[in-house]
Amino acid sequence: MIDTALRKRFEAALGRDAVLTDPLQLRTYECDGLTGFREVPALVLLPRTTEQVAAAVALCAEAELPFVARGAGTGLSGGAVPVAQGVVISLARMRQVLEFDPDDRTMVLQPGVTNAEISKVAAPHGLYYAPDPSSQVVCTIGGNVAENSGGAHCVKYGFTVHHVTALTVVLPDGSVVRLGGDAPETAGPDLRGLFIGSEGTLGIATEIRVRLLRTPQSVRTLVADFPTVEAAGEAVSGIMASGIVPAAVEMLDALAIEASEAAVQAGYSLDATAALVVELDGMEDECEEQFERVVALCREKGTTHIRIATDAEERARIWKGRKAAFAAVGRISPDYFVQDGVVPRTRLAEALSRIAAMSRAEGLRVANVFHAGDGNLHPLVLFDEQAGEAERAERLSSEIAEMCVELGGSLSGEHGIGLDKACSMPKMFGEEDLAVMGRLRSSFDPGGLANPGKVLPTPRLCGESPGRYRPHPLETAGVIERW
Amino acid sequence: MISPHGTPDPQPGQGPAQGQGFDAHDPPSPDLISDCVHCGFCLPACPTYALTGEEMNSPRGRIYQMKLIGEGEAPLDAAAVGHFDNCLGCMACVTACPSGVQYDRLIQSVRPQIERNWARTRADRAFRGLIFRLFPYPRRLRPAAALGALYQRLGVRRLLQRTGVTRRLPARLRALEALMPDVPLRSALRRTPAHSPARGQASAPAARRTVGMVTGCVQQVFFAHVNEATVRVLTAEGCDVVAPREQGCCGALSEHAGREEEAVVRAKRLIETFEDLEVDAVVVNVAGCGSALKEYGRLLAGDPEFAERAERFAAKVRDVSELLAELPPLAPRHPVPARLAHHEACHLAHAQGVRRAPREVLSAVPELEVVDIPESDMCCGSAGVYNLVQPESAEELGRRKAAHVRSTAPEAVVTANPGCLLQISRHLDSELPVLHPVQVVDASIRGVKPW
Ligand SMILES: Cc1cc2nc3c(=O)[nH]c(=O)nc-3n(C[C@H](O)[C@H](O)[C@H](O)COP(=O)(O)OP(=O)(O)OC[C@H]3O[C@@H](n4cnc5c(N)ncnc54)[C@H](O)[C@@H]3O)c2cc1C
Ligand code: SF4
Ligand code: SF4
Repeated sequence: MIDTALRKRFEAALGRDAVLTDPLQLRTYECDGLTGFREVPALVLLPRTTEQVAAAVALCAEAELPFVARGAGTGLSGGAVPVAQGVVISLARMRQVLEFDPDDRTMVLQPGVTNAEISKVAAPHGLYYAPDPSSQVVCTIGGNVAENSGGAHCVKYGFTVHHVTALTVVLPDGSVVRLGGDAPETAGPDLRGLFIGSEGTLGIATEIRVRLLRTPQSVRTLVADFPTVEAAGEAVSGIMASGIVPAAVEMLDALAIEASEAAVQAGYSLDATAALVVELDGMEDECEEQFERVVALCREKGTTHIRIATDAEERARIWKGRKAAFAAVGRISPDYFVQDGVVPRTRLAEALSRIAAMSRAEGLRVANVFHAGDGNLHPLVLFDEQAGEAERAERLSSEIAEMCVELGGSLSGEHGIGLDKACSMPKMFGEEDLAVMGRLRSSFDPGGLANPGKVLPTPRLCGESPGRYRPHPLETAGVIERW
Repeated sequence: MISPHGTPDPQPGQGPAQGQGFDAHDPPSPDLISDCVHCGFCLPACPTYALTGEEMNSPRGRIYQMKLIGEGEAPLDAAAVGHFDNCLGCMACVTACPSGVQYDRLIQSVRPQIERNWARTRADRAFRGLIFRLFPYPRRLRPAAALGALYQRLGVRRLLQRTGVTRRLPARLRALEALMPDVPLRSALRRTPAHSPARGQASAPAARRTVGMVTGCVQQVFFAHVNEATVRVLTAEGCDVVAPREQGCCGALSEHAGREEEAVVRAKRLIETFEDLEVDAVVVNVAGCGSALKEYGRLLAGDPEFAERAERFAAKVRDVSELLAELPPLAPRHPVPARLAHHEACHLAHAQGVRRAPREVLSAVPELEVVDIPESDMCCGSAGVYNLVQPESAEELGRRKAAHVRSTAPEAVVTANPGCLLQISRHLDSELPVLHPVQVVDASIRGVKPW
């Protein structure tokens, strides 16, 4: 419980305007991008500096209060959902670029800086930050670190972990440490790498050093339409098998195109059954030569129309269409579930035709918009809750997830485990694996105060669920059970 | 210049007791609310989120509060009213949202709910009452502006500023004082002629269009010169311009502040004024008014007598830059060798979705360089009467905008809304001229210096 005396201490440490206690204000923090999970915190803090975060965490440790870090709240696995009667530490006011060295190609950021802002600041120097989640205009670098986020260009450039070289972290006891270093290699175990992807369970990142890449000399982007999703899937396998390393290969099917066009009119063909966005970058000559090969490959696989971006503006439009597609599905359906699964690239076409068949059998629409280059599927099951379709949609969504596993893939691509998938961890990891993860976590956070209940399954969590409980699709399907 | 001792407005506070939810008259629609998928893409676009970093002061947070209040899970209380009042209505979130959430309609439903169901403090009511009894009435504004001109001319302002009196005024009155533009006395008393014929161009038939012109309430008093420039440009471009004398206010300020009944009365009167005129288009040079005029159809949808007429009227409304962009230039343009910073008015870019037209119109001026301002999607803090009722946030936004303007090293600034004009020139400490784009076109056609 937080009494007046404790609240006053938070206020003394952070300033009065940085402590929220009004019930309605607290409720606006009750969920993130996955609104099915909700929990009202007792307090929301809005620190501005590392020192303030450290002071806040130290107070939490002293009072044994659980705390949850929050960036922009765009997470799709309930990672930033508060703990009841706990504290939310929002990093939204920490959005300064602390250092920028264009010669060294590094930047040091406060955690609340958005992903897109980094590239915007770097652009005048011919530099950019490579990982580009679709949510990049809003999601924070702190959230990216916590989720080890990826994006369309990860096929070639890798995930957040490949681009963050050092972190200043406030540990769950309130102490401040630095993980990683300025050199590409540091001695000892890679604690930086351990922290990235830990979803706020090991502490709070308050300063993040990223490395920037030089904007490629040449970038070529095309959109190829295909008469079937299978044909598009084969084109992807073909491109990857040819030895070309594209900067990005993304796929949108007819429904995703419809939604995206309704939202941003990026000029995708509304009559295409599937569209591939392929981007190549690098040195001019090489890029050009490979681009021709990609065009030829698409033709070979039966493309009906190829649109080649003629300038940077058109390329930006193509990407805007791709990146908005996801959230834009809200325009063509009252409700939807997002799945996040991975299949081996070579079985993409097969996976897509099976999804289509399952969708027909269940009588529900499934939109596909995903990172085809690394087989990371995001099937969106569309339904209308008011028409009583929720249950069928959940079933379909879980069948798709199972199918991914059956084809030799995995249950989660890039959206993290959070609250949503914590209880399915035992399906992916054995007891010993989970025990090691648990011990690791305790060594950082013996009191279990940093984002408790996330990532690793706990009896409390997996026996009961906060907020308006929705059984996980896999649970309904009997794939997992809660214990 | 304006007495702070206004009497309390009798209007609000008749609804249910403090602390209840929305009433049954047009609450924010649950359907529209459910369009929001909570993705947060609107957050970086929102000025109040940029200032506060607070979820409840973001579009997503405001929609969430509407949902909670609408579902009876939370009362309409001081906190909620504060967050809704804090919203500038700049509609940057509408542009940013990939799900097509109609936040404009949502907030426009909420504002009248607040006016009906929330008893504002005496001081708040008094101040709002004062604004709404003054601004929409040119006949009252004119003497006020004349007094204001005297006030400036006689050095009263400088005296008050020097002695620090203005600094001790409450924030809102200080804002009002500081925003008073330097109006030349003559300008405050000028009126737009009722009819200005197209000026003959040898190469074209006499009149290409007949247009009605909305002269605006604040506009015709403080910005008579912008209206004059508009008339000159339109007639030079072959338009017959009809500007009915007694137009009254279009109701935009009222509507944006949730004073719906007032807005409805004004909208009807304006429609009646224009509908018998047989004009091809109704032109407006105030972005804030334009966005309200284009919404008349929705505002009066429930009124059997007016619904259709409002639709017809709204369909004819064009911002002056839209109209000019539709008409290939007729009058020759003279060079204006200058670097201009272009501030996009929210009510043009976001509320009306007009972004290209002003650029196109300016690009017809030879030797004129037009640069965009960093963070161009962000509101300058003017937003109707926002800078008067929420002066602190408006101050910060104004300073931020001014810094971005300076960073482009322009010789002048253009923007299509008088509110932005006032706000920006104030925060630039009058170091740069701030103009309406039509003034630049006017100067170019006449071959004179625009400033
Ligand atoms: C429309 C849409 C599209 C998306 N597309 C992608 C995509 O293409 N690729 C992808 O990978 N993800 C995607 N996401 C998911 C999401 O945007 C990412 O997971 C993102 O990194 C979350 O950032 P955030 O700032 O919103 O973090 P939040 O949601 O606020 O938090 C996420 C987790 O990070 C923790 N956290 C936040 N800040 C810190 C910090 N400073 N230190 C420690 N822990 C912290 C929180 O406790 C929580 O567990 C998408 C989401 C949406 C809504
Ligand atoms: S208003 Fe639109 S952009 Fe903002 S959270 Fe809702 S759906 Fe996303
Ligand atoms: S209208 Fe402007 S201030 Fe209001 S929520 Fe939208 S972006 Fe924010």
